[in-house]
Amino acid sequence: MRLALVNLAYLLASVLFILTFKGLAHPRTAVRANLMGSVGMLVAVIATLTLLDWSQGVGRLWVIPAGLGVGSVVGALLALRIRMTAVPQMVALLNGFGGAASTLVAGAALLEELAQGRLPDAQLAVATVAAAIIGAVTFWGSLVAFGKLEELIHGRPLLFAGQHVLNAGLLGLALLLGAALGLAPGAAWTFWVIVAAASVLGVTLVLPIGGADMPVVICLLNSYSGLAACATGFVLQNNMLIVAGSLVGASGLILTGIMCRAMNRSLANVVFGGVGAEVVTGAAADQVYGGRVKSASAEEIAIVLETARRVVIVPGYGMAVSQAQHAVRDLARLLESRGTEVEFGVHPVAGRMPGHMNVLLAEADIPYDKVREMAEVNPSFAQTDVAIVIGANDVVNPVARTDPKSPIAGMPILDVDKAKTVVVIKRSLSPGFAGIPNPLFAADNTLMYFADGKKAVLDLVDALKRVG
Amino acid sequence: MEALAMALTVLVLAMFVGFEVITKVPPTLHTPLTSGSNAVSGITLVGALLSAGLQLTTLTTVLGFLAVVFATINVVGGFLVTHRMLRMFRKK
Repeated sequence: MRLALVNLAYLLASVLFILTFKGLAHPRTAVRANLMGSVGMLVAVIATLTLLDWSQGVGRLWVIPAGLGVGSVVGALLALRIRMTAVPQMVALLNGFGGAASTLVAGAALLEELAQGRLPDAQLAVATVAAAIIGAVTFWGSLVAFGKLEELIHGRPLLFAGQHVLNAGLLGLALLLGAALGLAPGAAWTFWVIVAAASVLGVTLVLPIGGADMPVVICLLNSYSGLAACATGFVLQNNMLIVAGSLVGASGLILTGIMCRAMNRSLANVVFGGVGAEVVTGAAADQVYGGRVKSASAEEIAIVLETARRVVIVPGYGMAVSQAQHAVRDLARLLESRGTEVEFGVHPVAGRMPGHMNVLLAEADIPYDKVREMAEVNPSFAQTDVAIVIGANDVVNPVARTDPKSPIAGMPILDVDKAKTVVVIKRSLSPGFAGIPNPLFAADNTLMYFADGKKAVLDLVDALKRVG
Repeated sequence: MEALAMALTVLVLAMFVGFEVITKVPPTLHTPLTSGSNAVSGITLVGALLSAGLQLTTLTTVLGFLAVVFATINVVGGFLVTHRMLRMFRKK
């Protein structure tokens, strides 16, 4: 009877998780959706705690409140102190922790079977090996992604000879040992060798991926952490884990696909390509820019903005780096108070994870209904008087449309060059992640404003106020 | 074998539900979607609690304890940071 009640509680939790994802369809319902998810988790935890033997009091089971307490404090501190620019790192880290937990649970489940003198059946063996491999790859891969995003490790792709052979070998070894574990389930040591091989694989899989591709990696690892939970569900024969895990797996896969399409790259190219490893030489840059770049002052740009009826602001990660969000909001409000229509155009890979730029703009109190996605805003550039590009480069590079040999060929871009005037706020003419020059900076209708993003926008606001 | 078939049934159906529901999440909310789904993947906490609570051997208890810590960080951190972000989208 108790087991049936627990399973009904698990069903309730599964339903709440599905409603969580459903509610995320709109910002209005999203806060409530997230609360539903956390209630679902609470229900699941409480139901599980009733399965334990509390007859001898908490004393014997002190590890449970201790673990929950330590985890809650660390998790809460992380979540409350993190800056919004650093959310991708935090998500990477949390993905990793989820993966690690799945591996540990699978290992413990295997050892429990053996300690009770039972030999695991084929389903348990396969599921355990799957959870071990996916979990360990997720944990170590996430740590490397964290290191790259936090700039503890160089963001440039780390390529070495025989990389793919090594990775294939490691995966092969892990799978082979997995088969061995299935045939001779008594040998628990094989489990730990599998974990070790998968751990190395996690590191060598993510090291070769460049900093610009981290959004894809985060999505992929997110998906893995779900699949690891799913595999743990197979180990424990728990349907709630399978439901929750596959929801997360699906979410990660969908976002991975969206990110890859936004860069016009295949997943294989992102994971194995090592794009950005070579630095393009400066000769091409001279040909593109030589004598054609027009630099403008804040006053000159203010005069152009004064008569503009429609302005689209295109932020890139450079805006977040210089902490210019609030200054940009002030500029937008000033323009709107003068009767100018202002919208924001955001490229899917503008931040360091999907939707990151939207969060940064929301943090600066920029209403989300003024922030347009690429497909929505692109047709409107032809009727836009001024497009202001701040801290973005590759995602507004028209070469993506014109040069089929370019590393960003075919990547969908924001068509800012179709606006009457383009203002580009940037420190220098240095290239973006793709390492190629941007002809937009030398276009006839482009004004370059060389400065730090925040200072530039503040000066622009002052100049605009002076103009009238 | 029957248990495996049941588990696979649940997996496949849940995947379909996932794809249906998640494709409707707008790009604006893709970061909270990632962090929120990340918190949900901490559901492995349930398994961790069972391992830590069974106390069969010292090793399984230690593994269970570590898993509880990792999974709880994942769950609490994930839901809280998602809440912080979503509140920014609510206020006008």
